[in-house]
Amino acid sequence: MKIIACVKRVIDYNVRVQINRDGDGVVTDGVKMSMNPFDEIAVEEGLRLKEKGVATELIAVSIGGSESQQQLRTALAMGADRAILVENDAPLIPLGAAHILLRIIEKEQPGLVILGKQAIDDDRNQTGQMLAALWGRPQATFASALEINGEKASVTREIDAGMETIEVDLPAVVTTDLRLNEPRFVKMPDIMKAKRKTLDVIAAASLDLPSIPNVVTSNFSPPPTREAGIKVESVEQLVDVMKTRGLI
Amino acid sequence: MSTTLLVAEHDGAQLNQSTARALTGLAPLGDVDIIVFAENGSAVCAEAAALAGVGQVLQVDSPDNSHQLAAVVAPQIAAIAAPYSVIAMPSTTFGKDLAPRAAALLGVHQVSDVMEAIDAKNFRRPIYAGNVIVHENVEAFDKVVLTMRTASFQAAVAGSDAAPIVPTETTADLPDHTRFVKLEAQASERPDLQGAAWVVAGGRGVGSEENFAVIYDLADKLGAGCGASRAAVDAGYCPNDMQVGQTGKIIAPDVYIALGISGAIQHITGIKDAGTIIAVNKDEEAPIFDVADIGIVGDLFDLAPRIGAALGK
Ligand SMILES: Cc1cc2nc3c(=O)[nH]c(=O)nc-3n(C[C@H](O)[C@H](O)[C@H](O)COP(=O)(O)OP(=O)(O)OC[C@H]3O[C@@H](n4cnc5c(N)ncnc54)[C@H](O)[C@@H]3O)c2cc1C
Repeated sequence: MKIIACVKRVIDYNVRVQINRDGDGVVTDGVKMSMNPFDEIAVEEGLRLKEKGVATELIAVSIGGSESQQQLRTALAMGADRAILVENDAPLIPLGAAHILLRIIEKEQPGLVILGKQAIDDDRNQTGQMLAALWGRPQATFASALEINGEKASVTREIDAGMETIEVDLPAVVTTDLRLNEPRFVKMPDIMKAKRKTLDVIAAASLDLPSIPNVVTSNFSPPPTREAGIKVESVEQLVDVMKTRGLI
Repeated sequence: MSTTLLVAEHDGAQLNQSTARALTGLAPLGDVDIIVFAENGSAVCAEAAALAGVGQVLQVDSPDNSHQLAAVVAPQIAAIAAPYSVIAMPSTTFGKDLAPRAAALLGVHQVSDVMEAIDAKNFRRPIYAGNVIVHENVEAFDKVVLTMRTASFQAAVAGSDAAPIVPTETTADLPDHTRFVKLEAQASERPDLQGAAWVVAGGRGVGSEENFAVIYDLADKLGAGCGASRAAVDAGYCPNDMQVGQTGKIIAPDVYIALGISGAIQHITGIKDAGTIIAVNKDEEAPIFDVADIGIVGDLFDLAPRIGAALGK
């Protein structure tokens, strides 16, 4: 069974994001970029399934500008067998991303596609579910445990009410939650090895995609901030302040 | 007729409060129809029909809907969507799972985590863990799917007249490739974290699963719900459904008491809309004090029982 793990290049989660001067985007010049943390978990899960002998090949796929090759090289260094970059510089909504991924799936015929549950840049949490819908296959979102049994997968999902387990027929789409696994660190020799692995670059325009209108995102603004309040010295003082504020 | 359809979240017996919150967020778009997918949704429909601002309630009863799996519900939404220009769900794990599947079947865009619906084509939503708010214009689509950020809205209250409940059938081919196996929920007498007026939360500073009793005790004295940081959940101190933050629950209680939580940006994202944040931390430099309305520097094991004694009911 082949597995596809999807990888998005995003601003590193440790960076304090700044809005640009025109208010139509965020500052990316000179900012550290990384693989979306949830996607690292997706790659790791694919590797573990390969190591268990469940999967035969792990393909990392990204959509983005040519710089996204860096994140694919990271996936290769982690242990993915090969990578595909669908080069696209135009703005892309999740529906568009799902259509692109569907084209790759039609070609590669994987048994499992693993994606992060959300990208920490636009925080939309959509692409995996949309891909599953277009593909007409099951989705198991927010996975914290995954077990493959022949033609089926048993997936434990982190949902608001607790832990839900569902069974899905393969092929299927799984999206990762943070507790699915802890991604491995990449070692220097693996980075060297990764340079020799195959990374195919395909132009999005060559994929015969449906035309999808775009949405206009504007007015980037900071959220209303919470001001630092006061510090109290004792529980008695806390109670007094809460009383004056009508909280008790 | 309403042009907005809200998919109800419920557990088969009761309407989840997230539905009433989402309804408030949709109020700028006019009356809203609510659709209930259930095995037998009569009780849930009655609750939904009582809410102010509801046009009608569509009751779709079927054994297929007993677990409201996204793969099963999404085709039914797509089959019934034609008259509606906006199809909304709460931005809970229920809505986040289902909404994109429905949107893709309809071939339309989804706006996630709507914090303000300006009109049927213009929305405001957070990105980058809530550090940036953007305006999304979806005029290019004649229909759109939304998930509503429940913490941004108060729950809608009961209206004067109940809306009509309309038994509805959908004609959609439902897949059997996805099957519910089980739900492990923590039985708890405490108020639900997402609806509680007061929440007490513990972080890594609590130190162990046994020590978390300090958090539960304080919550019980105050009649509060219980939350936690990701670090506390990852360390196994408490169940993961207690996690508050970017990747946990986004909540808006009247009072949030954080004990032994440093105040990482991903955690703060989950409590930005809280009425009053009270922080207990032994490190006076902890970033949680930058957002807390009231802070006390000190040891949580010393302070928590004393706060419980002073405020307890
Ligand atoms: C992609 C991503 C998503 C994330 N999502 C979330 C999320 O949803 N929610 C979340 O919470 N985090 C999330 N995180 C993790 C987040 O970055 C922090 O690591 C986490 O919130 C830290 O938890 P903490 O404050 O409990 O622990 P720490 O940062 O270790 O803080 C512990 C605090 O306890 C205090 N303390 C220790 N002992 C005592 C004592 N006896 N009395 C009083 N105070 C004491 C210390 O001074 C310290 O401030 C996410 C991270 C990433 C990368």
